[in-house]
Amino acid sequence: MIEPNRQGEVWVFAEQEEGSLHEVVLELCGKARELADTLGVKTAAALPGKNVRPLAQQLIAHGIDNVYLVEDPKLGHFQTLPYARVMSALIERHKPQIVIYGATSIGRDLAPRVASEMRAGMTADCTDLEISDVTDPKTKTLHQNLLLQIRPAFGGNIIATIVNYDWWPQMATVREGVMPLKPADDSRRGNIVEEKVELDDALLALKLIQRHIEPRKVNLKGARVIVAGGGGVGSKENFRLIHDLAAAIGGAVGASRAAVDGGYIGKEHQIGQTGTTVRPALYIAAGISGAVQHRAGMEESAKIIAINTDRDAPIMSVAHYGIVGDMKKVIPMMIKAIKERR
Amino acid sequence: MPYDSIVLVKQVPDTANVTAEAMKEDGTVNRAALPTIFNPEDLNALETALEVRDNYGGTVTALTMGPPKAADVLRACLFRGADRGILLTDRRAAASDTLATSYILSQAVKTISRYDMVFAGRQAIDGDTAQVGPQCAEKLGIPQVTYLEQLVSLDGPVVRIRRNIGHGWEIVEGKLPVLITVIGSANKPRPPKARRVMRFKRAKVMAEIVGEVKAEQAGVSDDDVQAEAGRRAAAFEEKGLLLRQWSLDDIGADLERCGLAGSPTKVFRVQSIVLTKEGYTEVQATEDGVRQMIHELVIDRTLG
Repeated sequence: MIEPNRQGEVWVFAEQEEGSLHEVVLELCGKARELADTLGVKTAAALPGKNVRPLAQQLIAHGIDNVYLVEDPKLGHFQTLPYARVMSALIERHKPQIVIYGATSIGRDLAPRVASEMRAGMTADCTDLEISDVTDPKTKTLHQNLLLQIRPAFGGNIIATIVNYDWWPQMATVREGVMPLKPADDSRRGNIVEEKVELDDALLALKLIQRHIEPRKVNLKGARVIVAGGGGVGSKENFRLIHDLAAAIGGAVGASRAAVDGGYIGKEHQIGQTGTTVRPALYIAAGISGAVQHRAGMEESAKIIAINTDRDAPIMSVAHYGIVGDMKKVIPMMIKAIKERR
Repeated sequence: MPYDSIVLVKQVPDTANVTAEAMKEDGTVNRAALPTIFNPEDLNALETALEVRDNYGGTVTALTMGPPKAADVLRACLFRGADRGILLTDRRAAASDTLATSYILSQAVKTISRYDMVFAGRQAIDGDTAQVGPQCAEKLGIPQVTYLEQLVSLDGPVVRIRRNIGHGWEIVEGKLPVLITVIGSANKPRPPKARRVMRFKRAKVMAEIVGEVKAEQAGVSDDDVQAEAGRRAAAFEEKGLLLRQWSLDDIGADLERCGLAGSPTKVFRVQSIVLTKEGYTEVQATEDGVRQMIHELVIDRTLG
């Protein structure tokens, strides 16, 4: 670990692939800006890669003050060991107080490795981050301006707030869509700081043999209306009703984790803490019980309709309209009512 | 050539049934109060290791850290074909976060010392962090390959793995030893084998034997309990039914890096979710009820 440094910056790991920053990075820049403003310190982004300098301006436009740019052909494609070496070296050099990563497949592979190397604490999949004074209940010591790392825990009936008592740096990962994406300000100025990190060839322990990227078929974040089905839908056949309603209403199809695990639909449609977080104008949840991990992914929708045979399902407490009934009967009624208006 | 694998497995609370009553005041979980299961993705990890042994020969050692009850998952591993199980149990390891846990597990792996691959499930269903695997790899100083979907090939010291990267997959190749985390879609874990269940259902760790002696002989002195337990353990050992049990001392652990002292992350506060109803309208599941709702949504421009 590094010594607590009250002037330490708030950092974002700038994940990039094939010449673009991952969208979660831009969301986290906005949050980092907010945290840094509360602390009265600067923000920074760690940007390792090959030919990634052009991305620095986008980071600055989203609130970053300093971009630590590490250009190296060995960083051309993500691999854990060289990227972890870069992060550790930068952290030791600049001593940030907070480092945030997107909880992407890269982030969830890289961040724990760095945390281990730095002997730092890390909380995964945070649904919120705040700065607060905290009194340690054990020692009764007041710790000022700690990062509160907030996330659901233990099957979701509980929200846990996790802190590191003056154990720097404080690290967290956050899923895409959890923090709002703030608009870019291209007039913002910042610094690009070129950093060199020694990378032994032995760090390139893995050889990439083949790669296959699936084109993104589903755009949930951009959808104005989402119709989502859950475990209560019961079968892949029944799930067709979800697709039918989405088509009738002009919406995108979503799913809870239970529906994905049940094989009713692919993972790219999953909404929730471990899927996508959405804020549509209208969210229709059919056969979804509403466990907190799912609610975390949709409860900020402007209007929520819940269809469930269980009137006490947790989803009913975040819904604006609750229909206690069988979705196999209710959805055809909705389709009919929508078509009648045409 | 044969390969020696270690599989990190965890007994976890059945998180479908947890409430705030199970949380202690210091923010840690009262694990003794909950029904427990074998962490699902660790079963997939075990399956991958067993398939390697089926195809190439070698050994599979299951390693778990937990209270004596965690011996359940070791037995479950033996039922499915693991060669041996080791329980790391020590009160001083309680309340370890992922950093402390990965330190303890990696010390145990170093104590085992002979291994080609370390397998772990991607994440446990209680913490959901997916951190322990990569953190163990870092402490062991070996490369990590996360999200294994398929072990494509093993050729001498070289392993090829197809991994799921979320929006696609990649095939990577590396030299052993490596640590591999396995995801749920990788395979269908084999069920316990009846013959192995019969053989190993009475396998125990020392702590369980001591517990039994204490229960049977209430009021007996500690020394006598230990002596009797020692006798029984020797009999178990002879039948190949004594599961290894290690304390933090057995693995040369630095106590400063274990338990609460070795855990940078502390649960500060736990709040039950309070669900509030605001602006809620119950809609009758009839054509009229639904029609009225759609009408309102068109009026307020939610629907076009």
